[in-house]
Amino acid sequence: MLDPYLALLFMALLAGAFALFSVTAAPYIGPRRYNRAKLDSYECGIEPSPKPVVGTGRMPVAYYLTAMLFILFDIELVFLYPYAVAADSLGLFGLVAVTVYIATIGFVYFYEWRRGGLEWD
Amino acid sequence: MTPLTPPPIDYAAVAPLLIVLGAACVSVLVEAFLPRHQRWPAQVALSVVAIVVAGVTLGVYAGDAPAQGVITLGSTMAVDMPTLFLWGTLLVLGFGSLLLIADRSVEPGGAFVASALERASAGAAPGSTTGPSGVDPEHVDRSYGAPGDAPTMQTEVFPFTLFALGGMMAFVAANDLLTMFVALEVLSLPLYLMCGLARRRRLLSQEAAVKYFLLGAFASAFFLYGVALLYGYAGSVRLSAIAEAAVGTDRSDALLFGGLALLIVGLLFKGSVGPFHTWTPDVYQGAPTPATAFMAACTKVAAFGAIARVLYVAFGSTRWEWRGVLWAVAIASMVIGAVLGLTQTDLKRMIAYSSIAHAGFLLLGTMAITQAGTSGTLFYLLAYGFTTIAVFGIISLVRTADGEATHLSQWAGLAKRSPLLAGVMTFLLLALAGIPLTSGFTAKFAVFSAALSDGMAPLVVVALVASAIAAFFYLRVVVLMYFSETPADGPTVSVPGAFTTVAITLGVVVTLLLGVAPTLVLDWAGAGGFTG
Repeated sequence: MLDPYLALLFMALLAGAFALFSVTAAPYIGPRRYNRAKLDSYECGIEPSPKPVVGTGRMPVAYYLTAMLFILFDIELVFLYPYAVAADSLGLFGLVAVTVYIATIGFVYFYEWRRGGLEWD
Repeated sequence: MTPLTPPPIDYAAVAPLLIVLGAACVSVLVEAFLPRHQRWPAQVALSVVAIVVAGVTLGVYAGDAPAQGVITLGSTMAVDMPTLFLWGTLLVLGFGSLLLIADRSVEPGGAFVASALERASAGAAPGSTTGPSGVDPEHVDRSYGAPGDAPTMQTEVFPFTLFALGGMMAFVAANDLLTMFVALEVLSLPLYLMCGLARRRRLLSQEAAVKYFLLGAFASAFFLYGVALLYGYAGSVRLSAIAEAAVGTDRSDALLFGGLALLIVGLLFKGSVGPFHTWTPDVYQGAPTPATAFMAACTKVAAFGAIARVLYVAFGSTRWEWRGVLWAVAIASMVIGAVLGLTQTDLKRMIAYSSIAHAGFLLLGTMAITQAGTSGTLFYLLAYGFTTIAVFGIISLVRTADGEATHLSQWAGLAKRSPLLAGVMTFLLLALAGIPLTSGFTAKFAVFSAALSDGMAPLVVVALVASAIAAFFYLRVVVLMYFSETPADGPTVSVPGAFTTVAITLGVVVTLLLGVAPTLVLDWAGAGGFTG
């Protein structure tokens, strides 16, 4: 009766073991070449301390545009996965629906691109 | 795998909605690809054509629509008679607001802020020596673009308007709570942005936008929590399924009425009713006046359309349980609107409190779960919307060098400067007060009589008293305009361009027509009930 769940249990054990293994093994077998960037809280983006170097402690607005772009494609993909899995059974109706969906997202992308949202400066 | 059968879609029924939302998408592309000087004409043409075509499509469909309505798009949309009436109302009110929004003659370049690039080229932003005239210290925060150039506005306001309008149309037709929530967001987000786009008094406008956004997000959370509880109760988010689940069951009512309470808070917020009104005066005052007109007229229609549908379809059978609470809300709304309206010294804030009082009156109609209640509410929304658009159109005309003169003292003696404007404003204020021969009277009569016949006599008495109190502050403006001395440095009355003229004329004519010959529209409003 529990058969279908047994695989799930093994999967969870395997995932846990892998995480534990990676974290414990990395300090021993990984190379250690520290530099300034490595020691920051985040390896990319603006430096969080002592305070942002750009302007008077303000965040550059370009980060916000990048974040919007990320959300745009993030959400798009989240909905494309289930479609990709079930594309066969959804047939023409599904294809049209997903095309309309991608097109509307595309409009937003075109807008951001044309308004210079992809240029950093 | 078994192929999926696509849900049947009645394209003819939902065509107006698809046209408006489709035009909104095209309008984003116009923003992206057209050069700046072509955007304004293109956007105005696109928006006007979209609304007119949607209206014609709606008219053709409504001509032989099934009386009991259709439920389509996988039972997420109910296109019944109230939906068709509300769609028509939203389209004509949206058209009127759009004309106010598009106007560039009253305020040079329009009431909305110039695009960022133009402000930069005029020296608003640091490092703007690339502009044609370089940095001009005189005009460091100039919002009109480079000196010498024709001022233009941020044309994003047109896609915002179309998206908001599409969201409102989906909102009033939503047959399940999740669709309603998505539509709520589609209509709210553009509105938040539109509030912050005023060309003048930038800080006030941005403050309004932030207040509206924060409180609106809070209200959306209430709505969503209510949806969750109702789903827990009924196992479905469909309005009719909630109604079925509530009949003859031994399930705990706590989920049902807890859910309704949270849900209705979210909806009442959007309609600026009663104790959930606190954002209204600040936002109405701070937002650019055409956006305020759009918000006051169309958002009210959308919110009350949705409230009426939820109460009628999902909670009609349990009305004796929740009605007491809504009595209190309606009384609070009418009293707050009428009494606090008395103390206002700013005209836009005064109209905001007036809209809170009107929201209380409207709630009377939606609480009466009868055919008369529904048709009265629908009629009231149409009448109130047109009057409001015209009022805000008039407000945008009275100006000093600093922009609109909205302080009451600045309106003193205006009748001597512009008898026509004062006369039209008087007529509109009388309509808001509900004097006979205006649409305000017929609308109030329809709603109050529906409430009376559904056993809400005490509430109608309160409503009449509130109307009387509110009449005082409308009449005060009239007295001020006609019987006060004109201040030496008083405002001037701008000559409106074609767009504003048409919008105001439309509002005045409809206010008059619905006052003297309301039968036809009352028949339309009463053509059929909600379908679940």
